[in-house]
Amino acid sequence: MQIDLRTVSIKPQRQTYGHIERRFGDKPASRYQEGTFDLQPSANFHYRPTWDPDREIFDAARTALKMQDWYAFKDPRQYYYGAWTLARARQQDTAESNFDFVESRNLGALLPEDVRQLALDLLLPLRHVAWGANMNNASVCAYGYGTAITQPCMFHAMDNLAIAQYLTRIGLLLGDPGALATAKEHWLYAADWQGLRRVVEDSLVVQDWFELFIAQNLVLDGLVYPLFYKTLVEDALSLRGGTAVAMLTQFMTEWYAETAKWVDAQIKTACAESPENAALVRGWIAAWQSRALDALTPLAQRALGERAGAALDDLATQFAARVAKCGVPA
Amino acid sequence: MDMQVPKKKLGLKERYTLMTRDLAWDTTYQPKEKVYPYADYEGIKIHDWDKWEDPFRLTMDAYWKYQAEKERKLYAIIDAYSQSNGHLGVTDARYLNAIKIFLTAVTPLEYMAHRGFAHVGRAFPGAGARVACQMQAIDEMRHAQTQIHSLSNYNKYYNGFHDAPHMFDRVWYLSVPKSFFDDAITAGPFEFIVSIGFSFEYVLTNLLFVPFVSGAAYNGDMGTMTFGFSAQSDEARHMTLGLECIKFILEQDPANLPIVQRWIDKWCWRGVRLLSIVAMMMDYMLPKRVMSWKEAWEIYFEENGGALFKDLARYGIKMPACAEQIRQEKEHLSHQVWSAFYNYSGATDFHTWMPTEEEMQWLSQKYPDTFDQHYRPRFEFWREQQQKGNRFYNKTLPMLCQTCQIPMLFTEPGDPTKICYRERDYKGSKYHFCSDHCQHIFDNEPEKYVQAWLPVHQIYQGNCFPEGSDPTAPGFDPLAAVLEHYRLNAGRDNGDFEGSEDQRNFEAWRGMAKRND
Repeated sequence: MQIDLRTVSIKPQRQTYGHIERRFGDKPASRYQEGTFDLQPSANFHYRPTWDPDREIFDAARTALKMQDWYAFKDPRQYYYGAWTLARARQQDTAESNFDFVESRNLGALLPEDVRQLALDLLLPLRHVAWGANMNNASVCAYGYGTAITQPCMFHAMDNLAIAQYLTRIGLLLGDPGALATAKEHWLYAADWQGLRRVVEDSLVVQDWFELFIAQNLVLDGLVYPLFYKTLVEDALSLRGGTAVAMLTQFMTEWYAETAKWVDAQIKTACAESPENAALVRGWIAAWQSRALDALTPLAQRALGERAGAALDDLATQFAARVAKCGVPA
Repeated sequence: MDMQVPKKKLGLKERYTLMTRDLAWDTTYQPKEKVYPYADYEGIKIHDWDKWEDPFRLTMDAYWKYQAEKERKLYAIIDAYSQSNGHLGVTDARYLNAIKIFLTAVTPLEYMAHRGFAHVGRAFPGAGARVACQMQAIDEMRHAQTQIHSLSNYNKYYNGFHDAPHMFDRVWYLSVPKSFFDDAITAGPFEFIVSIGFSFEYVLTNLLFVPFVSGAAYNGDMGTMTFGFSAQSDEARHMTLGLECIKFILEQDPANLPIVQRWIDKWCWRGVRLLSIVAMMMDYMLPKRVMSWKEAWEIYFEENGGALFKDLARYGIKMPACAEQIRQEKEHLSHQVWSAFYNYSGATDFHTWMPTEEEMQWLSQKYPDTFDQHYRPRFEFWREQQQKGNRFYNKTLPMLCQTCQIPMLFTEPGDPTKICYRERDYKGSKYHFCSDHCQHIFDNEPEKYVQAWLPVHQIYQGNCFPEGSDPTAPGFDPLAAVLEHYRLNAGRDNGDFEGSEDQRNFEAWRGMAKRND
């Protein structure tokens, strides 16, 4: 039975703010809508940046991509600060209990030694990859155009930082600070990591923010996460008694599945806008994809041995299918 | 069974280092200058970013946990407040005009801070500093959005809240806050952090935040009060970051001192000019007053700020030179600014009014040396005129200061009967200033300030009419055209509070909620 509680009812003058009404009509708006659309100042800037004197403070020309309306880049998750924080706090609760579970039952010590070592060798240098991703997403937020896409990039940057921190905790749980130092040595000097480090460092100097979005969030993450967290951790290590590692990386796996949907929606929107955009996106993907795959090859061999070739082929095939689904022309 | 060797417990600092700056490395495939291209051009010398002391040690897992808890509470209160028509509980509908100013003038600055901190959170070569700035970047987004969400319910019932982002880019008085932040974000990363992180967040924030949030608490506005209280712990973090930045920069190289001192001088003055709108809000717009502007200035700047500058003296930092002029102006500021807004009430998205007799008595008591002598007679005259049906609206556009963009309404230091004007020729054009300090700021960077988008100039140049307007057409009403361009509904959003739709609706709705007729 419906219980009809009553409050004094006053007819509102309007349902939402004017700029929201012009986009979505005069009806109650969501917090995502009110907190996102048209929030970035867009006209009558007073001074040119001393750090970029040829452009306005917010300037659509910082990418070669062209959009009629930059707020077409909607976030399917509808994240504003509150929604994002609540979602991540819930995932953090799960991650915390996973860490507790592994720690309290001493599962780290029960891992077969070769599995533990492989996990440390291959996961810990990813701290630095995530750190690069943090910088790149901060960059997209700072120099991108329109709150609809810059806002989730800042959330993404903080997620990347969190992932680097979870990896640090994994290092401390399965190893010790020395393990982190060794992994950093590898990242800096070991031959098989240099390809990936070069790609990451090259991404740090990309000037076009939409190219950077693609290089980092679609291509690099789109190859690194499936290879390391899915193929290596969930499949290969679990078969060898390493389920505990999968528990410790559950955050990354779930995060990747969630954020990939958002990334894909952005690519789709960019390509659907015009054939020129689609061609740009295609070119950027092609350039970064081949470099990233080359960089990952020695690491895949370390991780998977003779199955590396097949795994990399699968990875490339799945990535190509994902890209095609986003409307990127072949 | 194997004996498990207990792991050595890491200290908090050591652990936090592993969680943040140890993630960074010195790039070798790309030169440092390309990875951090904005780090050097301001002339600030940093020799060792490792000396950076993390102002707080918050990892993302803890951050999410604390912030989610705060968000849950805040939105529960916002919902309850809206559902119960909490807006009818405010002292009186005049109060709403204070939060209209907040939404149009302050909330967009929170957004700008979000982007600005993302910029420095990428640009600083030091990893510890970057992480701290990035956290502030998301906090500032939080503040912008919690404000928009809290005030959304007011927008449903009252006028003037409806188009903040559009107005921020266009409306004349909003070019004051906009140019303030544009100035900061277009500066280099070090000046940005000194301007916003230190001068604004650390030295002046209490003069913005405390008056609005306490004003809300005093006037029954639980929505605003709640986001204010909820932001408090974020603000505390931002203040420690601002202070750490200043100390770090000064400790790195003695050559940094004169640069930083110039920035502090500039930004204290820019900040105080920006806060003149808060002064007016405190003294004139809150039906239930918290304290006078003068009292707030004495507590938060002269006492607290004085102690801070004493503390910074060991680095060679001096109290900004403008402090003396501000000390004199505190007696006059709010009255002069309220007079100007009363004049130009035809072109604002909020209402103005003349204080009641009781309120004038409060003002006399708080400003015994100035109010009765200089301002009461003017206000009584205006009130008299209004009662005769001659409410005064100034329709002549004012001259603006090239730096702070406030109309030339301030008086000469030491002579409250004379408007202060300064002017400067630069490359064949004349530029006008409200004060010596604004002129000095211009003199230091003329190429920056000649770019200013001055609303009055723009109106005269015909850049503030709706698209397709023909100013030569017979009967063309320029003021009406400008208001339309602002998306300001003349007769509803602007003008005197007395007789406004807000006033009528509030009375009627409060009656519905409290009586049974």
